Amino acid sequence: MKVLRFILRKEFRQIFRDKTILAMMFAMPTIQLIILPLAMNFDVKHVKVAVVDNDHSSYSRQLIAKVGASGYFRIVAAMPSVREAMQYIEREQADVVLEIPPAFEQQLIREGKQRIGVSVDAINGTKAALGGSYLVTVIGDFNRQITVNSTADPAAANTIAITFSNWYNPLAEYRFYIVPAILVLLLTLIGGFLTALNIVREKEAGTIEQINVTPIRKWEFILGKLIPFWVVGITVFTLGLAVAWGVYGIWPVGSFALLYTFAAAYLLAVLGFGLLVSTYTDNQLQAMFVAFFFMMIFMLMSGLFTAVESMPAWARAIAHCTPVTHFVKVVRMIVLKGSTFADVQYEFYILVFFALALNGWAILNYRKTS
Amino acid sequence: MSAVILDHITKTYENGKVTAVDDVSLEVSPGELFGLIGPDGAGKTSVFRILTTLLLPEKGTASVLGFDCVKNYREIRNRVGYMPGRFSLYQDLTVAENLHFFATLFGTTIEENYTLIKDIYEQIKPFSNRRAGKLSGGMKQKLALCCALIHKPEVLFLDEPTTGVDVVSRKEFWAMLQQLKQQGITIMVSTPYMDEAVLCERIALIQAGRIMSVDTPEKIIDTFPAQLFAVKAADIYRLLTDLRNDPATESCYTFGEYLHITFRGHPDTNPQQLQEWLEQRGHRNVAVKQIRATIEDSFIRLMNEA
Repeated sequence: MKVLRFILRKEFRQIFRDKTILAMMFAMPTIQLIILPLAMNFDVKHVKVAVVDNDHSSYSRQLIAKVGASGYFRIVAAMPSVREAMQYIEREQADVVLEIPPAFEQQLIREGKQRIGVSVDAINGTKAALGGSYLVTVIGDFNRQITVNSTADPAAANTIAITFSNWYNPLAEYRFYIVPAILVLLLTLIGGFLTALNIVREKEAGTIEQINVTPIRKWEFILGKLIPFWVVGITVFTLGLAVAWGVYGIWPVGSFALLYTFAAAYLLAVLGFGLLVSTYTDNQLQAMFVAFFFMMIFMLMSGLFTAVESMPAWARAIAHCTPVTHFVKVVRMIVLKGSTFADVQYEFYILVFFALALNGWAILNYRKTS
Repeated sequence: MSAVILDHITKTYENGKVTAVDDVSLEVSPGELFGLIGPDGAGKTSVFRILTTLLLPEKGTASVLGFDCVKNYREIRNRVGYMPGRFSLYQDLTVAENLHFFATLFGTTIEENYTLIKDIYEQIKPFSNRRAGKLSGGMKQKLALCCALIHKPEVLFLDEPTTGVDVVSRKEFWAMLQQLKQQGITIMVSTPYMDEAVLCERIALIQAGRIMSVDTPEKIIDTFPAQLFAVKAADIYRLLTDLRNDPATESCYTFGEYLHITFRGHPDTNPQQLQEWLEQRGHRNVAVKQIRATIEDSFIRLMNEA
C-alpha cells in the first residue's frame, strides 16, 4: 500500500505538471458544454422555398402566403416554370420547390380536389424529411380551411383534435437531450484516451522498462494509473454538472448519489478500455488511432446524438455491446426523469460487468515480461 | 557460486527469423567487473533483458545470484540494478523526485543508501530541482546510475552506459564503476567501444548473438596468434589495395591513420624488410612498426575466423 501511495503521488505530480493536458481537462467540459448544445440543433428552421405558381388565383396566393407565414419557411423565389425553380435547388439556394398547377382554384372548386407538386433537396436528409413534412402539414391545414371543404364536406368537421404535452422536457428543447450526452462524452474521452495514451507514453519513453525491473507489483502499477484518471474523471463530471446547471439550468431531477454511482462504475469501464488499448499498442500514435476508431463507433452508435431504437437490428446489437449506450440512457433518465435505482439497476449491472470484463482482460494482457 | 550464469541461452525474434542470442553460455563471478563487448546488434541488450527478467529466453537457463531468471524473477528484481541503454527515467520529474521515486519503489530511502551513491550524486546535486529531461547527456547517465544503485543492488547491469557520452564523462563513468566494484557490487556492463574493454576484469566478445571469446582482456590480447604491423604511407588508399591484393597478406584493415596488417606464414618478418619492400613498390613516406594487438584487433580476427 505504501508503494501505491508513492506511485499515486508521482502520477498526480506528472498530471499537474503537464499544463496543456491540465488546461484541456478543464477547458474541454466547459467549452464543449457551452458551445455544442447551442450549435447542435435538429430543429429545422429557415427552409428555403422556391414557388412556381402556374395559377395566380386568390387560392394559390393564399396558400403561398400561408407557407410564408408559418415561420419555418422562407420564400426565396417565385419562378414561372419548374425547370427554372429547380435551378435554385441545384445552386443550393432553395431546399424545396412548391409547384401549384394551372387552374388550381378552378379545379378545386369544380372537382373538389387538386394536386400540388413538392420537390425536396434530400442531400441533407434531416432537413429534407422535416422540411417536406412541415410543408405537407401546412398544405393540409390550408386544405381544411378553404371554404369549399368546410362547407361542402361535412365529414371534415369531425376531425380529431390532438392535444399533446412533452414529458420530462416540456418544451421539447434539444439542449435537454444533448447536455447529458455531452457529460457522457466527456467522461468517455477522459477515461478512454488519457489512460491509453498515458501508459503507452511510458512504453515509448522506456520508463516502463525501468519500472518493470523493480519489485513493484502489477496491480500496484495498474491501480496507480487508474486511480488518478478516475479522480480526474469524477472532477470533470462535477464540473460538467455545474456548467449544465449554470448555463442551461439543468439540475438533475434524480439523486446525485445515484448519478455519481453510475459515473464511478462507468469511469471504471472506460478506464479499463483505455488500459486494454494500451496493452495492445506500442506507441502513442497507434493508441490514438485504435482508441479513436472505437470512440467514433461509441459516439455515433450509442444513442448520444441519434436514437438507438431507430437503428437496424444489427446496429442495435452493436450499440448494446458498448458501455456508452447504457450510460447515456441512464444519465438522461436520472437527470431528466428522476429515475431511481430500481428503474436503472439493469444498466448498473451491465456497467459493472463491462468494468470487470475490460479491466480483467487488460490485466491479463499486461505483462511485465515480453 | 557465480553471480550470473547463462547456460546455452537462445533468443529469437519475429518467430525465429532473427536470432538475437545464439546458444550463449558464460559465468560472472561475484564482485567482478565483467564486460560484454560487441558492435550494435550483436545481442548485448537481449542478454541484459533476459538477465533482468524482462525477456524470456527460448532455450537454456539463466540465473542471477542463484535465482532462476524465469521462475524466481521476483527475487532477482529486488536484488539487481538495471540501467537500460536508453535514458528511461521520468523526464518530467526532477532529479530529486526521480531518485526518491525509485528509492520508494524498492522500499528504501535515499538516506539509507546515500553512502553508495554519494560520490556520484554530489556531482548532480546542484541540479536536483531540474527536470531530468533538461539534463545534459553525462548528467542523465549519472542520475540513471544513481537510480539503479539506490536500493543497494548486489548485481548491477549497465547496458551501454557510455554510448553517446563525451570522452571526459566516459572516463569519469568508468572511474565510478571501479569505485562501485570496491564496494563488492558485481557489475556487468556492455559497450560497443573496444577501448573500454581493457577497463574490465574479464570480457566476452560477442558478435551476431554468439560469444567468440571469454577471458581477461590481457589474455585475449596475448592469444593473438600472428605478428601485427602498423603501416602508413602518403597514399593510404593505394597502400591498402596493394596490401590486400598481395597473396602473402592475411588481413589488412584501417585503424586510425594506420593500416593494421598480418601475414601468412612469415613469422620472422621484421618492420625493416616490410618498409623496404613497400618502398620498392613506389610508396612514399612509408612508416612501419611492429605493434602489440589491441582488443579490437582480436575482435576483428575472431570475427573473420567465425
